[in-house]
Amino acid sequence: MRTLQTHWLRRGALVAGAAGIALSGATAVAQDEGPIRIGVLEDQSGEFAAATIQKVHGAELAAAEINAAGGILGREIELVIYDPQSDNRRYQELMRRILQRDNVDVVFAGFSSASREAVRPIVNQFDALYFYTNQYEGGVCDANVVATGAVPEQQFSTLVPWMMETYGPRVYTIAADYNFGQISAEWVRQLVEDGGGEMVGEEFIPLGVSQFSQTIQNIQEAAPDVLMTLLVGTAQASFYEQAAAADLGIPMGSSVNVAQGYEHRRFDPPALAGMHVTANYIEEVETQASLDFVERWRAMFPDEVYINQPGQNSYVGIYLYAAAVEMAGTTEKEAVRAAIQTGEICHDAPEGQVCIDPASQHASHTIYLVQVGEDHSISIPQVWEGIEPYWLGEAGCDLTVRDHDAQYTPSNPPPAE
Amino acid sequence: MLPSIFAFLFQFGDAFAFLVLAAAGLAIIFGMMGVINLAHGEFIMCGAYVTVAAARAGLPMPAAIACGALAAGIVGIVLERLVIQRLLHRPLDTIVATWGISLIATQGTLIVLGSTMPGIGTPFGSFSVGEFSYSVYRVLLMAIAVLLLIGLYLLFHKTRYGVLARATIQVPSMASALGVNTAVVHSLTFGIGAALAGLAGGLYAPTMTLVPTMGTAFIVEAFVTVVVGGGDVFLGTAPAAVVLAFVKALMINWYGQLFGLIGLLLAVIIVIRLLPRGLSGWILRGRE
Repeated sequence: MRTLQTHWLRRGALVAGAAGIALSGATAVAQDEGPIRIGVLEDQSGEFAAATIQKVHGAELAAAEINAAGGILGREIELVIYDPQSDNRRYQELMRRILQRDNVDVVFAGFSSASREAVRPIVNQFDALYFYTNQYEGGVCDANVVATGAVPEQQFSTLVPWMMETYGPRVYTIAADYNFGQISAEWVRQLVEDGGGEMVGEEFIPLGVSQFSQTIQNIQEAAPDVLMTLLVGTAQASFYEQAAAADLGIPMGSSVNVAQGYEHRRFDPPALAGMHVTANYIEEVETQASLDFVERWRAMFPDEVYINQPGQNSYVGIYLYAAAVEMAGTTEKEAVRAAIQTGEICHDAPEGQVCIDPASQHASHTIYLVQVGEDHSISIPQVWEGIEPYWLGEAGCDLTVRDHDAQYTPSNPPPAE
Repeated sequence: MLPSIFAFLFQFGDAFAFLVLAAAGLAIIFGMMGVINLAHGEFIMCGAYVTVAAARAGLPMPAAIACGALAAGIVGIVLERLVIQRLLHRPLDTIVATWGISLIATQGTLIVLGSTMPGIGTPFGSFSVGEFSYSVYRVLLMAIAVLLLIGLYLLFHKTRYGVLARATIQVPSMASALGVNTAVVHSLTFGIGAALAGLAGGLYAPTMTLVPTMGTAFIVEAFVTVVVGGGDVFLGTAPAAVVLAFVKALMINWYGQLFGLIGLLLAVIIVIRLLPRGLSGWILRGRE
């Protein structure tokens, strides 16, 4: 029985392989003429929509601007947009469809790390080029993936020491219970330990939980100096309102809230008072580049509730891809990767200059420490410019030397050569 | 010692209120009409949205919440007339129909009103017992949950509508033959169920994120309570909420939110294995 199954598996693999070859032949023909097709799979409905509709708009704005300036290599950008509805299975279906049927040159996809990990094997199966523009827990070392969002060495290595120095060494973490929250919490734990602090509590909360009375009580019992809230999705965001109503009053730090879900705009003050977020962009950044960007965005999308970090990242991602294709002279994946590996793919983004690191294919960022006041006004007490995504490279991921296709963590680093 | 006893009682009461308020509308529509209403969460969302809009327009909170419940109730009556009434004796079809309504409502809200709505903030501040501080509003929610159960008992056992509704449920043909307009009774009952869902949405609106998918946050708890409780609202939903709130508060207190959910679902598995007709079926076992 087993041998029979293996036999069929092998045959299936052969057929799939042959189809893959035929497919890549077909794309090669399509690749050098007509528009450059960019796939966009971002949630426009479902649990994450509030934070991710901006990613579609960001891609549309960048494409419109690039097209108005003559396109990439004289070719227009054509966006192929689907709505995966915050549903990982829908992501997989649509990723297959967009790579197989729509023959896109590159795909931009995914908000949650769960959706990224759901589609990454499909991207690798079709050997496609995939831009993941969201901030995340870091560690994806994959030749086919360019991860342009901020990672823990940019968000936590800045935030956690600052919080401990400012408010005290006792830290409590509540985090969404999936790969993002688990790995981010591991980073926080590590940094607290390195800084001589103490973890006084940690709770992982399933996505979709919206009632937090007991969690609030547990936090009060542990009485931490700093509360790290790594909450994801609109249901979990209810924590802030409920914590404020119970007068929790502990300084909070996060890598995701405010900059993604603009909770400071959605909730009535003072629900988010005392929140600190390290973000590579929020709408309130008042540099000239950011002000111009906000003006262009609102000219195209006058009803936008808030221009958030995912929106900016999506916009910048399209420009980074355009720069890489310009340098490569083609959309062919290996040539684009070779361009990225020169280390010279940069863009003067609304946040400041962003460059792609050739070793890990992640991006450098300007990090703003965003502080939310009693009346939900935003102040930015500190800015770190040009922080490199150094961790993967130091840990041993060098995509210029060898292809990987894995996600690593501090406790599970790349294997030694 | 006393503060921690109060802390546990508060958590128990908080979970109890959420279960009762989330489940009451679903339980009435299921218990009285045999309709499994998969659009329950969207009635909750409707109530929350209308409540917040009314509060922003300047109405005081209680009036705003009443508006939310009323709006959901009216939408419920209209839908009952248009759709549910035509599928009354086809329970499987009502599941599909109400699911479709739920999808249309969520997506329609997203398209028309956008992906989020700004909240209104929780009223009444907080109080402290020992080292813990609590939201006053959540104590109010517990009181409302208890009053709601009493009110529903009075409605269904002490009013003319209640008698007619129970008659319609027990022997529809006989009730009809005696001159009861069963169609109207069904519309009203569905409307009351929808209004109770809207009430839950209105009551929890100040404490939650307002998004088109917010109803799903109530769905698991609502269905679990109704499944454990069985067909009767008072002998089912109320004791089921007590049992489940105890299990949930205890598990979350010991091991956190994940185990609270596990505890809730384990309790359902055990109850429906031992008492297939729910707690109310067991309590009423000798009477049929």
